[in-house]
Amino acid sequence: MNYLLDLQSFLPGIIVAVAGLAAIMLEAFKKSANTSFSVTIGGIAVALLFAIQSLYGEAGTAFSGMIVYGGVGAFGSVVVLLGALFCVTISREYLRDLDLHNGEVYGMILFSTTGMLGLAVSNDLITLFISLETMSICLYVLAGLMKNEKIGAESALKYFLLGAFSTGFLLYGIALIYGATAATNLTEIAAAAQPTFLFLCGTGLLFVGLFFKVAAVPFHMWTPDVYQGTPTTITAFMATAAKSATFVAFVLVLTRMLPSSEIGDWQSVLQVVAILTMIVGNLIALAQDNVKRMLAYSSIAHAGYLMVGLAAGNEAGYAGVLYYLFAYTIMNAGAFGVIAYYERNHGLDFTEIDSYAGLGFKVPVMGVMLSVFLFSLAGIPPMVGFIGKYYVFAAAVQAGLIPLAIIGVLASAASVYYYLRVMVYLYFKEAHKEYSLKTPGFLFKWTLILLAVLTVYYGVEPVLPTSSLMELISSYYTV
Amino acid sequence: MESPTALVSLIIGLPLLGFLINGILGLSSTAYRSKKTLIGILANLAVFIPFLCALTLFLNFDSESAAAFAHLFTWMETGSFSVDIAYQVDQLSLIMTLVVTGVGSLIHLYSIGYMAHDEGFWKFFAYLNLFIFAMLNLVLADNLLLLFLGWEGVGLCSYLLIGFWYTDMSKSDAAKKAFLYNRVGDFAFLIAIFMIFETIGSLNFEVILTSLEAFSGNDIFWIGLLILIGATGKSAQIPLFVWLPDAMAGPTPVSALIHAATMVTSGIYLITRMSPMFVMSPEVMMIVAVIGALTAIVAATIAITQYDIKGVLAYSTVSQLGFMFLALGSGAFTAAIFHVVTHAFFKACLFLGSGSVIHTMEHVEHKLHDKGKDVHFDPQDIRNMGGLRKYMPSTYKTFLIATIAIAGIPPLAGFFSKDEIVMHAFNMGFGEYAGAMYFILWGVATITAFLTAFYMFRLTFTTFHGSFKLPKLINGTEGSEEYLHESPATMTTALWSLAGLSIVGGFIGLPNFVSKTFGGDGHINWLHEWLHTIAADIPLTLSGTAEWALMTFAIIVAAVSVYIAYKMYGNDQQEESDAWIASKFGPFYRVWKDKYSLDELYEGAIVHPTVNFSDKVLAVFDMKIVDGFVNAIAGTVRISGSLLRYIQTGVASNYALFLILGVILVLTILLF
Amino acid sequence: MIEIDWYLALSAVLFTIGLVGVLIRRNAIVIFMCVELMLNAVNLTLISFSSYHGDVTGQILVFFSLAVAAAEAVIGLAIILAIFRNNLSVDITKVNLLRW
Repeated sequence: MNYLLDLQSFLPGIIVAVAGLAAIMLEAFKKSANTSFSVTIGGIAVALLFAIQSLYGEAGTAFSGMIVYGGVGAFGSVVVLLGALFCVTISREYLRDLDLHNGEVYGMILFSTTGMLGLAVSNDLITLFISLETMSICLYVLAGLMKNEKIGAESALKYFLLGAFSTGFLLYGIALIYGATAATNLTEIAAAAQPTFLFLCGTGLLFVGLFFKVAAVPFHMWTPDVYQGTPTTITAFMATAAKSATFVAFVLVLTRMLPSSEIGDWQSVLQVVAILTMIVGNLIALAQDNVKRMLAYSSIAHAGYLMVGLAAGNEAGYAGVLYYLFAYTIMNAGAFGVIAYYERNHGLDFTEIDSYAGLGFKVPVMGVMLSVFLFSLAGIPPMVGFIGKYYVFAAAVQAGLIPLAIIGVLASAASVYYYLRVMVYLYFKEAHKEYSLKTPGFLFKWTLILLAVLTVYYGVEPVLPTSSLMELISSYYTV
Repeated sequence: MESPTALVSLIIGLPLLGFLINGILGLSSTAYRSKKTLIGILANLAVFIPFLCALTLFLNFDSESAAAFAHLFTWMETGSFSVDIAYQVDQLSLIMTLVVTGVGSLIHLYSIGYMAHDEGFWKFFAYLNLFIFAMLNLVLADNLLLLFLGWEGVGLCSYLLIGFWYTDMSKSDAAKKAFLYNRVGDFAFLIAIFMIFETIGSLNFEVILTSLEAFSGNDIFWIGLLILIGATGKSAQIPLFVWLPDAMAGPTPVSALIHAATMVTSGIYLITRMSPMFVMSPEVMMIVAVIGALTAIVAATIAITQYDIKGVLAYSTVSQLGFMFLALGSGAFTAAIFHVVTHAFFKACLFLGSGSVIHTMEHVEHKLHDKGKDVHFDPQDIRNMGGLRKYMPSTYKTFLIATIAIAGIPPLAGFFSKDEIVMHAFNMGFGEYAGAMYFILWGVATITAFLTAFYMFRLTFTTFHGSFKLPKLINGTEGSEEYLHESPATMTTALWSLAGLSIVGGFIGLPNFVSKTFGGDGHINWLHEWLHTIAADIPLTLSGTAEWALMTFAIIVAAVSVYIAYKMYGNDQQEESDAWIASKFGPFYRVWKDKYSLDELYEGAIVHPTVNFSDKVLAVFDMKIVDGFVNAIAGTVRISGSLLRYIQTGVASNYALFLILGVILVLTILLF
Repeated sequence: MIEIDWYLALSAVLFTIGLVGVLIRRNAIVIFMCVELMLNAVNLTLISFSSYHGDVTGQILVFFSLAVAAAEAVIGLAIILAIFRNNLSVDITKVNLLRW
């Protein structure tokens, strides 16, 4: 056994973990948040390079089959690291204004990212459990960053209690699956799986744990509260990187643990949850007046669209999900970024939609970018969000799930209302009083511009076509 | 020949560059707007240099050369479908490019003088350059999609330029009308494009024309018919021609360039380009010919009754376009292109001449106003003119030359092209196509030729001969002839150039039989040789004698017509002669004068019912049922959203409860 | 020898007690203790299966689970402390600023 090779296969995670330690240590001994920030950016960037490199390498398993490398895992790692990178670059300025800027934040972000990277490559339920918990525990801390604000502590408490609660189900599910198959390795489980009561219950509970993390209805209740009470750039981190990692884990579980459709009616479960998620997420989003909370419901709705791809259960569907994650990470990080920008000028209550009146013409670049991101989230071509939706819905049609696709398209049409509503406020309402907005910082501004450019660029030129993603996935079907 | 990419890029790119420079600088700087000389020179160069480039290409080309392609870039690619910005240089597109840029240059030159006092000088030239750009895309495109983009582009420019003086309500209405009638045709054309793509999966001309066997006879008929409808819109044929006379509301150079020489001939270009497809369907050819002949005679009869100098020319244009369609329908594609070329020369010359006249008449009005005399008259009404030859000799001479050319008097340009068309129509009467029907069309064409010579000389005589009538008609205009003057040199240069072309233009298509009679090899029709690889002409089968007879007959018809016109209008008898015609033709004359009541017919039969229907039925349906339904759904959605949000109580225990419900849901689905 | 079913039933009962506790208790600390009870019930299941299959994987997972529970306890109590500082109460029905 070649331990070096094993280590190499999880290199991005190791680099991020080391960077996390360094960030914490630097904070402890040097009290310099900026140094931690630089270490964080550097660590994530290097990890990203290795992850991209492994995307082009071959796929396989390492650590005695505990993790996978290359293929879907590598793609998931890239998306997670992108999400983390963008959120960190926009965090510094924002957290400074909130007086929350310190090295521990970056340490937590990096440890959490390590968990996400593990989640995205887990090939064993033990890996999955530990990674998920590593990610979640750090996120509980991050959710409580504003511990002196009532809503900050409240969001952390809710996230923590419900998260721990759902962990119980997840762990119970793993235990039952282990009892039914005497294995925790995904492929070994697949080989031993029988549709027994034990196994079905176990898998159901495992799904519940994952549904909770991706905020699928009716496991979504924590999401709006937590997203609202968390510093906005950290919310972006949760909504993009954490969700992407969990979805990649979901794809791995479905392709490697449940490749046969004869054992259990997973498709129906996913369909029902997808429909509920899309409908409830969009409906409640329509009624929101707080932009941040609206985006939280919107992220629930997007989990629903992603679930459509999972429910399709074919390669096109999984490929669509992966592409969608990439798209969603870009546009959602951007949208939260602009909201963070408006918010840090005037404080937390500034996320009410009413306060956005007439803001579009102040610092025009920000207004335009928010419009781009919202258009993309609404799935209007030629933005990347449209391409993502197109892939998952097309996969559903291909799998014969036409009603599901129709509900998805209708729900997504309804979603246009609340996204455009923000733009109406930005551009067509008179400002109540004169606000003066700060000039955005260099890094902050250019990160958002890059995201906006990517949003449009990948909408016009979808260079990551599903065919190459499908190749990545098909390598996982061969157990 | 070597790749034409560089030259084609220049030809296409410079007008666009001219548009951008004049447009952007004019928009952003008011100081730039007043630099009219600079603007004019830039705009002129942007058309003249492409003309030189086209000439270079032309000289390097011969009638046997294979088409050369210039692929600039791929604009869009999805699956098997791609939109290439690619241009095809061949004999046909070269001829069209030369006409567009050549006549275009002259009209640009003319416009410097004509628009000199207009505030929108920069805008005018920006639009003109944009038009040239779009038109060149239309004629040079190597695929139907790019052609369609150019097609829409010229429509847009036409709209902008007709409504150039948009503060005048009737002018912006005319622009709207032109736009709407064109949309009808464009829609049909678009369907034809879809059908072609559906069948062979490509829109490239080369591919389409080499895989014609893939189309069924039925396909060919429908595609041909739809393309024809598209062409009737753009080229102002029955039933869609009524927009063109109104389009004369635009500045006169626009009428000359867009509504006489270039844009309106794009339908003829398109059908010639697709000629191998059209000849496969005798039915469509027949329809094309009938539409052409009908349009020709309808427009010619209307032209007799008009008093507006540009109105006569507008109907004359419609009529001449009808001749071209008759040529297409008679399988004489070369002759159609021939007539496009000669018509571009003499009709542009006529329009510019009329512009020169209008210019001076307006000048008279301004001068009178300066003298404090509050008089108003229509500067375009020929009844106010007369005797102008004394005051504007260059305009008169060029106008007369162009009139002789259009009337079909040899050896000027119009004679040869029109004669070839008429002869082909006659020839088709013997063919296996539709037989005798074409004899009737030949008869119609001959009558139209007679009418053409008549109304054109009526116009010329009334305008330029006799005495200046304005002082006799309107009080306070006494002595106003002293304000009449010749137009500036930029305008007369253009006029003389076009007049010269109207004289010699016909020699590119001398009839072959003439050469045969005199012992030649029968190949003096240069244009015919030049286009033989592209235009799928149906050959003439008439004997030399028959051809001589037809030609002689045509000359006699034209000469008689000119003589009658001279007798009736040569010396200030316009009023009496018009009255005489009106009494002789009675009801017919009224129909002609009312322009066959087509506008009223469309208004009554289509516009009013549609407006009424949408007012009374659709609006109600929309308000009560559709809106109600939509509002009900939107309301339900919003209310359910507002209710659902209260699930979110804010208490973590309730959230946990929902989680448990979810667990039960998942397990239920799985286990049962 | 006691059959595995009994162990499984016991852990299921413990899990349910914890679950119901989460639903009906209002004190954040008690709720957290109920969650811990659920986790430990699962640990019991894991060990039973591990012994039943004669396979150590389950026991390894239990160690991880314990470690995770310990980490959660640290974080959780800190969060509850923060709540107490802000609200002077750990009654979760009173922590409902974020809703709708």
